[in-house]
Amino acid sequence: MTEKELTPKVKAEAPAKGERVRPGRVFLPAVDIYETPEALILMADMPGVSGDRVTLDLKDSLLIIQGETAPPLGPGETMVSQEYYTGDYYREFQLGELIDKNRIEATMHDGVLTLVLPKAERARPRKIEVKAG
Amino acid sequence: MPLFWEPEWDPFREFEQLRRRIDRIFQEELGLRPWWTGVYPPVNISEDDEHVYVRAELPGVKPEDLEIHLQDRSLILRGERKAPSAEKGVNYHRRERESGFFRRVVTLPRPVDPDKVEARCQDGILTITLAKPEEVKPRKIAVKSA
Repeated sequence: MTEKELTPKVKAEAPAKGERVRPGRVFLPAVDIYETPEALILMADMPGVSGDRVTLDLKDSLLIIQGETAPPLGPGETMVSQEYYTGDYYREFQLGELIDKNRIEATMHDGVLTLVLPKAERARPRKIEVKAG
Repeated sequence: MPLFWEPEWDPFREFEQLRRRIDRIFQEELGLRPWWTGVYPPVNISEDDEHVYVRAELPGVKPEDLEIHLQDRSLILRGERKAPSAEKGVNYHRRERESGFFRRVVTLPRPVDPDKVEARCQDGILTITLAKPEEVKPRKIAVKSA
């Protein structure tokens, strides 16, 4: 595998949704979503968000991911040069009927949220045998 | 039937976003705009009386995949952001998180004490704390009455 050099990206801001209680910017976390035979796995980059500051909301089939960050500077600190902005995170997804909504699992590690969304039994792939004619 | 999808495009929301973006451009032109080096990772540098702090957002990067060197006033950050390697043979719906390696030099705004450097990774944020040497720390000057 060839090694790829990372390039910086400006974090995308989340679309405004009503009035927010907390001041500051809100970003859309970058996500990877991949599918295994048993589940859909969602990984979201939310640097600065600790496990106890993540909120997952599931209303009907709307899944809302939210993460709050602590202030970027410690007490008595002043910014000398700023290349990135900090703020909270927000993103929403509609889950299809084929996701088993009662068995969703979430973990937060090193600023990355991992969600395991198991597929309902009937959504698991079946191998189709091809018969020789 | 899809397993998931993102909510539909909303033109009003799009408008609101555009308005906020324009506001932001004005704000940023007034001196708040970050300078852009084009090198990963972006860093924020701050200071207080005793220390200089260099911070970078590196979600998912393990401390063992990071290498930090200090040469005079140059701080060198090298490392790798790994893709979840165990997951071979899976199919992707979205792939926005990037992986790869990085090597960056950050020039510190002040001289620092090379023996007093501390690096810490927490919740995907790397914080490097560098102590200012005695001679550059601000001193309080008492004003004597005549």
